[in-house]
Amino acid sequence: MTDAISDLPKGKPATGGHASLLSESPLMKKRNAAEARFKLYGVVAITVGLAFLIFLTVSILRNGIPAFTQTVVNVEFTLSQEEFDEAESKMLKTAAYTEIFVNNITAQFQERGLDVEFDAGTIERLLGKVGGDLRSFYRENPDQIGQPVGFELSTASRVERYLQGKLTRDMVVDGRFLEAADLDVVDAMVDAGIIGTAWDWNFITGTDTGVDNPGGAGIGASVIGSFFMMLVVLLLSLPIGVAASIYLEEFAPKNRFTDLIEVNISNLAAVPSIVFGILGLAVFIQFAHLPQSAPLVGGLVLTLMTLPTIVISTRASLKSVPPSIRDAALGVGASKMQSVFHHVLPLAMPGILTGTIIGLAQALGETAPLLLIGMVGYVAREYPDSLTSGLLDPNSAMPAQIYTWAARSDEAFFEKAWGGIIILLIFLLTMNIIAIILRRRFERRW
Amino acid sequence: MKDMIPVDRKMSTMQDSKISARGVQVYYGDTHAIKDVDVEIADKTVTAFIGPSGCGKSTFLRCINRMNDTIDSARVMGDILIDNEDIYDPKVDPVQLRAKVGMVFQKPNPFPKSIYDNVAYGPKIHGLARNKADLDEIVEKSLRKAALWDEAKDRLDAPGTGLSGGQQQRLCIARAIATAPEVLLMDEPCSALDPIATAQVEELIDELRQSFSVVIVTHSMQQAARVSQRTAFFHLGNLVEYDDTDKIFTNPQDPRTESYISGRIG
Repeated sequence: MTDAISDLPKGKPATGGHASLLSESPLMKKRNAAEARFKLYGVVAITVGLAFLIFLTVSILRNGIPAFTQTVVNVEFTLSQEEFDEAESKMLKTAAYTEIFVNNITAQFQERGLDVEFDAGTIERLLGKVGGDLRSFYRENPDQIGQPVGFELSTASRVERYLQGKLTRDMVVDGRFLEAADLDVVDAMVDAGIIGTAWDWNFITGTDTGVDNPGGAGIGASVIGSFFMMLVVLLLSLPIGVAASIYLEEFAPKNRFTDLIEVNISNLAAVPSIVFGILGLAVFIQFAHLPQSAPLVGGLVLTLMTLPTIVISTRASLKSVPPSIRDAALGVGASKMQSVFHHVLPLAMPGILTGTIIGLAQALGETAPLLLIGMVGYVAREYPDSLTSGLLDPNSAMPAQIYTWAARSDEAFFEKAWGGIIILLIFLLTMNIIAIILRRRFERRW
Repeated sequence: MKDMIPVDRKMSTMQDSKISARGVQVYYGDTHAIKDVDVEIADKTVTAFIGPSGCGKSTFLRCINRMNDTIDSARVMGDILIDNEDIYDPKVDPVQLRAKVGMVFQKPNPFPKSIYDNVAYGPKIHGLARNKADLDEIVEKSLRKAALWDEAKDRLDAPGTGLSGGQQQRLCIARAIATAPEVLLMDEPCSALDPIATAQVEELIDELRQSFSVVIVTHSMQQAARVSQRTAFFHLGNLVEYDDTDKIFTNPQDPRTESYISGRIG
């Protein structure tokens, strides 16, 4: 023993197998440095990813939230019975109401000592067809005549943007939509304190408008269009996809033909969605003569797109069920089908559900195939009134609606597009949360 | 067959042969896993298959309830008769066969369901119970036979996967005997169990002999000696020797058997 110790070089740190555990060997230093570097790369990658996510979220919220509010003019208005009778007896009834309204506003301005010149045309440019609104209100509620009624009138989108500072006086070119002089009236309204912001339910529940009325555009009809599409996708792709996977995974003989099918399914999952769009156009619209822009056609196209995703995830989760369970079932004399449906499928359920919901979420956000079947650009002005009309009548879908708005020239639609993205993301988040909840619940059961 | 090994077939002592295998060959693809095995297995007896790993004893066991059918590359030739009926006859449905020939696997594999459902599943799919009371009775009887009733009777609704390893294996035995099989195949039923659980299962196997013909594959020669009346020694796909357990362990005829039981090969 003493010989061995005296053999060690004195004064120098021991190397190789005889090294002290208290000092790091050069190789160990290298290995530790490599590990530290790798961890650093990871932290940097995550930081960059998070930064992008935060930037995205902030810009979506900042640009999109104004879409949920609108600028309104609050006026308290009293219409006497005589005025009502007089207006109703005139030829141009709405013009008469507008005139009464103009007089009322002028009176309010004078009360506050503000002096601005304006006429019925100005009001129409700023607030739309106020006369018509007033008339229909009083005709429907005749008991309100003679009583003071508070009206909340939404302003034109240009007024809103003027107040947000996005539109300045020198940008205004006199025209059909706005004249520079109209902005004096807006200023006066601000001074009079009758202008304000209100939550815009119409954006969520309303329908799309034409290109000249960004203020009134809503995403509601497109949400319904998306809903019907998802209904079609769910009802078709879940049973077809799960049945196909079960057959391929559990029953089909393993030969060259099934191998070919397997390769094709994997490839289909990677096919660009626009290819499915043109396939849908050719098969469902041009060949089968299904109506254009219909959610049914959209749903069919998206089903084609979602099927590979569902088949792949279902097969993966079937594969992950331990073979001992199959043996156990066959061992007590269950038939192949009983062993699959009683034992394997319930165990694979969380994976199947997760795959399905992820497939659906992907389909919900898909825009390109909808371009080709005419859902992009369709102005969804009406809600469907029944299940069949929901499926067969032309409609838009959320991503198609966002695309349509973003492509319109009026800048006010831009804000609507951002707002639409917020709605779409809320739906996607909800679906993902449902997927997580379902997975948890099923996992706990088994 | 050139590599056919002459086996000492002294079957005259056994009157009631339950399973008889004649010239059984099994191939996995090109691998010849079982080479011309002839065996007569008696009713109400424990028969042990011993031999080194990969000798084909499990493969042969899985032939008896046609579990090898689930492996695509496996081919079985020769005849296996249970009660003088060829189980590889095209008219035989393997599903029906497996109700008659129960199986317990190496690793305890209870269904991820309640203890009750585990045992009741077989009788349910085979229509052995006409009503809930019948089913309850079958479940109780099976659990009692498997010596699990006292531990499980208060928690029949608890998941079977929550039991300990030994309890799980006894649950699997209860599940296998609930379908009222005539033959019980056990593929190394104690290899995943600790000595105490093993002792319990072995005791159980001895009791099961009253009602079934039990065939057990085991790695442990001590276990074979403890529980079986007849022992078959497999080596490289051949059935080397098959005789009364006492004889195999005290006076083996074949030198390979002697080498194996004395620990020189395997």
